[in-house]
Amino acid sequence: MSLFTAEDGEFHPPSIYEFYPEIVLFEGTPFAINRIMMIRLIVLGVLLVLFWLWTRKFQQSVKTGQLVPGRFQLLGEMALNFVRKSIAHDQLGEKDGDRFLPLLTTIFFMVLGMNITGIIPFANIAGTSVIGIPLVLALAAYVTFIYAGVRRHGVKFFKNSLFPSGVPVYFYTLVTPIEFLSTFILRPVTLALRLLMNMIAGHLLLVLCFSATHFFFFQAEGIFQLFGAGTLLFGFAFTLFEILVAVLQAYVFTLLTTVYIQLALADEH
Amino acid sequence: MDAVNIAELSGNIAVVGYGLAAIGPGIGVGLVVSKTIESIARQPELAGRLQVTMWLGIAFTEALALIGLATPFIFG
Repeated sequence: MSLFTAEDGEFHPPSIYEFYPEIVLFEGTPFAINRIMMIRLIVLGVLLVLFWLWTRKFQQSVKTGQLVPGRFQLLGEMALNFVRKSIAHDQLGEKDGDRFLPLLTTIFFMVLGMNITGIIPFANIAGTSVIGIPLVLALAAYVTFIYAGVRRHGVKFFKNSLFPSGVPVYFYTLVTPIEFLSTFILRPVTLALRLLMNMIAGHLLLVLCFSATHFFFFQAEGIFQLFGAGTLLFGFAFTLFEILVAVLQAYVFTLLTTVYIQLALADEH
Repeated sequence: MDAVNIAELSGNIAVVGYGLAAIGPGIGVGLVVSKTIESIARQPELAGRLQVTMWLGIAFTEALALIGLATPFIFG
C-alpha cells in the first residue's frame, strides 16, 4: 500500500483511494477481484463453515440426546438466540418473528462478519466499506418489508403508508410527499449509507492514526517523535471502538429491518 | 517581494460543511441518550426496552451526519 507514508519525508493523509486497491486476479474481466473482494469471499467461506459446524453439532446432539453444548456450540447458540429472542421475537412476536428469522439472521451475521475484518490484522479493511454489500442488504430489507406489507394488507399497505389516517384531507398535499420520501426512498438509502459511512469513517480514522504513528516515529525529528506515542495510543483506542461499532452496526441494521417489517405489518389504528 | 498573507487558508470548503452538518446530529444523539438515562433512572425495570428504543433513535439521528459525510462524493 504505497498510499500511506511513502518514504519522501512528507506525511500523506489517507484518502478515498484507500477503498480502490489494486486488482489482483482476473484483471480486465467483469470478475476482477481486488483485496476487498477477496476478504469478502474469505468471510463468506468462514461464515459457511461456522454455520455448517454449528448446525451439524446441533443435529448430532438432538440425535444422540447429549443436549449439553460445548464452548464453541454455546457461542453459536447464544449468537443465534440473540437475533431470535431479543430482535425478532421482541419486535415482531413469535409467529412473524420466526417467519422473517432467516433473513434477519443472514443480515446480522453477514454484516457482523464483513464489519469485523476491519480490525482483523492483515485484512484491515471491512468488507462493507465499499457500497456493494450494504446496497444488496438494504435492497433485501426494502423488498422484504414491502412484501410483508403487501402480503398482509394488499394494496391498502400503500394507502396506509402514504395517506396516514387522522390527518385533515388538505394536509395530504404536504404529508404524502414526505411520507413517500421517508418510507420508500430514504429508508433503504439510509440503511445502506449508515453502514457504509460508519465503516469508511472507521477505516480512515484507523489509517490516519497508524500512518501518523509511522510518520512520527520514523520520519519526524526531535520532540515530534513523542507525538507518535500519542497517536499509537489513539490507534489502539479506536481499534477497540471499531469492534464496538462493528457489532453495533450489525445490531442496528438488523433492528431497523425488523422495525420496518413490523411497521409494514402493523394494523392501522 | 510579495506580500505574505498570514491568514491564508487552503483546503476544501466541504470540510467546513461537514463540521456544520455534524452539529445537529451531535446535539440530537446527546438528547436521545440523556432522555434515555433519565427514563432508566426513573424506571430501571424498563431498561431493556428503553435501550432498544435508544439505539433506534440514535440510528435515525446519526443518519443525518452520515448523509453529510456522503454528500461530497455525490456533489463534490
